[in-house]
Amino acid sequence: MNASNFVEGVDFTMYLILGISVFFLVGITAVMIYFLFRYRKKNNPVATNITHNNKLEVIWTVVPTILVVIMFYYGWAEYKPMLRAPKGAMEIEAIGQMWKWTFVYPDGKMSDSLVVPLDKPVKLNLVSKDVLHALYIPAFRVKQDVTPGVNNMMWFTAQKLGTYDLFCAEYCGQLHSYMLSTVTVLESSDYNTWLVTQPDLSDEHPGLTILKKNACLSCHSRDGTRLVGPSFKGLLGRNEVVIRDGNETELMVDRDYIIESIKIPNAAIVKGYLQGLMISYETTVSDEEIDQIINYLESLK
Amino acid sequence: MTVAALSQPNFFQAKKGIASWLFTLDHKRIGLLYLYSIGFFFIVAAGLGVLMRLELLNPGRDLIDAQTYNQVFTLHGVIMIFLFIIPSIPAVFGNFALPLLLGTDDVAFPKLNLISWWLYVIGALFALFTLFYGDGPADTGWTFYAPYSVRTGTNVSMTVMAAFVLGFSSILTGLNFIVTIHRLKTPGMGFNQMPLFAWSLYATAWIQLLATPIIGITLLMIVAERVLGIGLFDPSIGGDPILYQHLFWIYSHPAVYIMALPAMGIVSEVIPTFAQRTIFGYKAIAYSSMAIAFVGYFVWGHHMFTSGMSGPAGFIFSILTFFVAIPTAVKVFNWVATLYKGSISIEVPLLFALAFIFNFSIGGLTGLVLGALATDVHVHDTHFVVAHFHYVMFGGAGFAFFGALHYWFPKIWGKMYNKAMANLAFILLFIGFNLTYFPMLIVGIMGMPRRYYDYLPEFHEMNMLSTFGSWIMITGLIIMIINLVVSKQRGAKVSGNPWNGITLDWQTSSPPPLHNFDKMPVLPEGGPYNYPDAISTHEEKEKKDDE
Repeated sequence: MNASNFVEGVDFTMYLILGISVFFLVGITAVMIYFLFRYRKKNNPVATNITHNNKLEVIWTVVPTILVVIMFYYGWAEYKPMLRAPKGAMEIEAIGQMWKWTFVYPDGKMSDSLVVPLDKPVKLNLVSKDVLHALYIPAFRVKQDVTPGVNNMMWFTAQKLGTYDLFCAEYCGQLHSYMLSTVTVLESSDYNTWLVTQPDLSDEHPGLTILKKNACLSCHSRDGTRLVGPSFKGLLGRNEVVIRDGNETELMVDRDYIIESIKIPNAAIVKGYLQGLMISYETTVSDEEIDQIINYLESLK
Repeated sequence: MTVAALSQPNFFQAKKGIASWLFTLDHKRIGLLYLYSIGFFFIVAAGLGVLMRLELLNPGRDLIDAQTYNQVFTLHGVIMIFLFIIPSIPAVFGNFALPLLLGTDDVAFPKLNLISWWLYVIGALFALFTLFYGDGPADTGWTFYAPYSVRTGTNVSMTVMAAFVLGFSSILTGLNFIVTIHRLKTPGMGFNQMPLFAWSLYATAWIQLLATPIIGITLLMIVAERVLGIGLFDPSIGGDPILYQHLFWIYSHPAVYIMALPAMGIVSEVIPTFAQRTIFGYKAIAYSSMAIAFVGYFVWGHHMFTSGMSGPAGFIFSILTFFVAIPTAVKVFNWVATLYKGSISIEVPLLFALAFIFNFSIGGLTGLVLGALATDVHVHDTHFVVAHFHYVMFGGAGFAFFGALHYWFPKIWGKMYNKAMANLAFILLFIGFNLTYFPMLIVGIMGMPRRYYDYLPEFHEMNMLSTFGSWIMITGLIIMIINLVVSKQRGAKVSGNPWNGITLDWQTSSPPPLHNFDKMPVLPEGGPYNYPDAISTHEEKEKKDDE
């Protein structure tokens, strides 16, 4: 059994095109090398001026035309089903943001890696929070751009149990190559169990949960490591040189600066870090949640 | 050599001093100015390519961090596309050889020609300038896709302005060649007596003239969005990122033919010269250049099959893409047929031309996988695409450029290079090239996305092979460059026509005099490649009957 319902059609088209290609490549190369030695000056001191040959030229125009129409046809025929998900497909929202995938299931459960049931059509509604991404599952032969402001979708039916790679295929900045995840295909019953099992977050600081949910930790480490943005470790109370309106000023990181950086991140960037990479979270993170984040940051000494 | 020929100084001797070069109106000198400047940037960008391959030798960090890697591949792409491949063959060999091939003394507008080179230099300086201030060169990829290109803090505006200025250089060169071809052909030469390199430059020039303004305005729109905050492409301020992709590819797909068509022209010159017989299917080759240039305008959407494009749009862009394959295939068959019953000398330019056919065929055939909708969905934005366009651009256009360099080298400098060294360089380049890019086809089908700084362990072997290939390739490149530079000084002197060529460029001395021809060149009878020593099919038949 193939990993998804699209594997057979895509692979057939691939083998068809590659087969014809190898035939022509080998043929052209062999004839070229044969002529090169057969008609060397030594073997053929006097050349013949052959200007054209209508019959031959018609043949080598018509034959490739027929072949490319066949290739086109299979390309189209196997692609067409990808355009529309079957009615009743299970819908999952796939959210891409720099640099993390989040999957939201019908009942509201969220996860960082995709989990789907075996043999059920799954439709992914693709949402980007910032720039272009593309959701790519090589084993399933599916890929679709995740574009801000555009409601793209993709669908597939997983046909084999297992865990497969899931990549971001559209360049999205610094950590593009780390924006990867997995798809796990479970038996229907296991899937239903998984869906109702909520991870135990009772021990986790609510501020940390919010940071995880919004992919903050992709860029800001908790252990002092330099990532895309300044580390959260010991952030509150630290003195930083920031660039505000093109001027360098020194400030002590306090509540107000944290709030400003969440709402208008590019207003004052810490010197040495790149501008323009962080989006505003003004509409996604509430004031209470910001309080919880700050409360959590205070604990990260 | 006649006394009259001795009295005429060649174009190197005609004037002296640095100003006589920087402000020259001689098409041959401008061609060489382009050769030196383009050559410099090619070496820089090739070095960046080797650096990328080194970083990808192993998963994880080898040498540079992710941000630097992203800037390196952007700079590699921008330099290779805008400062090397687009101008390469037209600006260097078009300038040097077109007036010679047409039997005339210069291009139609020599001053405009000089301005084109100066614009190239200004654009190049803009691109270099991004290295030295702010957050450094752009990290967007050479495609500058919005909205990332609108948001990133790196020097996107300056990089984009560089491409904008370079666009004008390209437009003016195209305009110059169109007028030159229409107005300055030697008396008696009609379009159908023109050498095929002139035909390919003609088709290219129309694309340069008509398509380049679109990228110009699109790039200005990015600057307007970044500087003035006008919402054109960034949805968070009301723009449409898909609009950007359309505008970008409406130019950048035809631009692929700006890169490929002149290379096909080179191959069409080189093969008849070393086969010492007429080209097979002159008209088919000439008109298929025009057909490729025309159909090439209508296929840009195949870069966007996974962008959420509608079914009917995908259908049309896919089938039109397949139709471009047909004139290309016809050309390949014609070139191979030109070897049939030739009297072939295996010289370095011919090897590069045949390597072009091999590499370009792989580039074209892998293009079929990308033109077909179902398979494109799988390999789009993977290393398969990276390999595909390097097979077309480098294995194709790049190898044709090297071939042209070895073909006209004796014409330009009046000397011959060391052929053994040139053969060695060719073999290393050919093997290194294929070892670098063939594994990328495989790793692409396996699913490794492009523009990845780091990758999963399952992609390791292929990436290692590819990096080994880059070392062989760069060795070949270094040997080739050293050989040409040394031979330019110390090579053996050659006559005006060392290859026994028949086109008009071989009817003058090497190096040519300032005004190209001491006496009017004589058009070969019966077509531009009708070698008088070769027998016609008619004569051949009679000979056979006699026997």
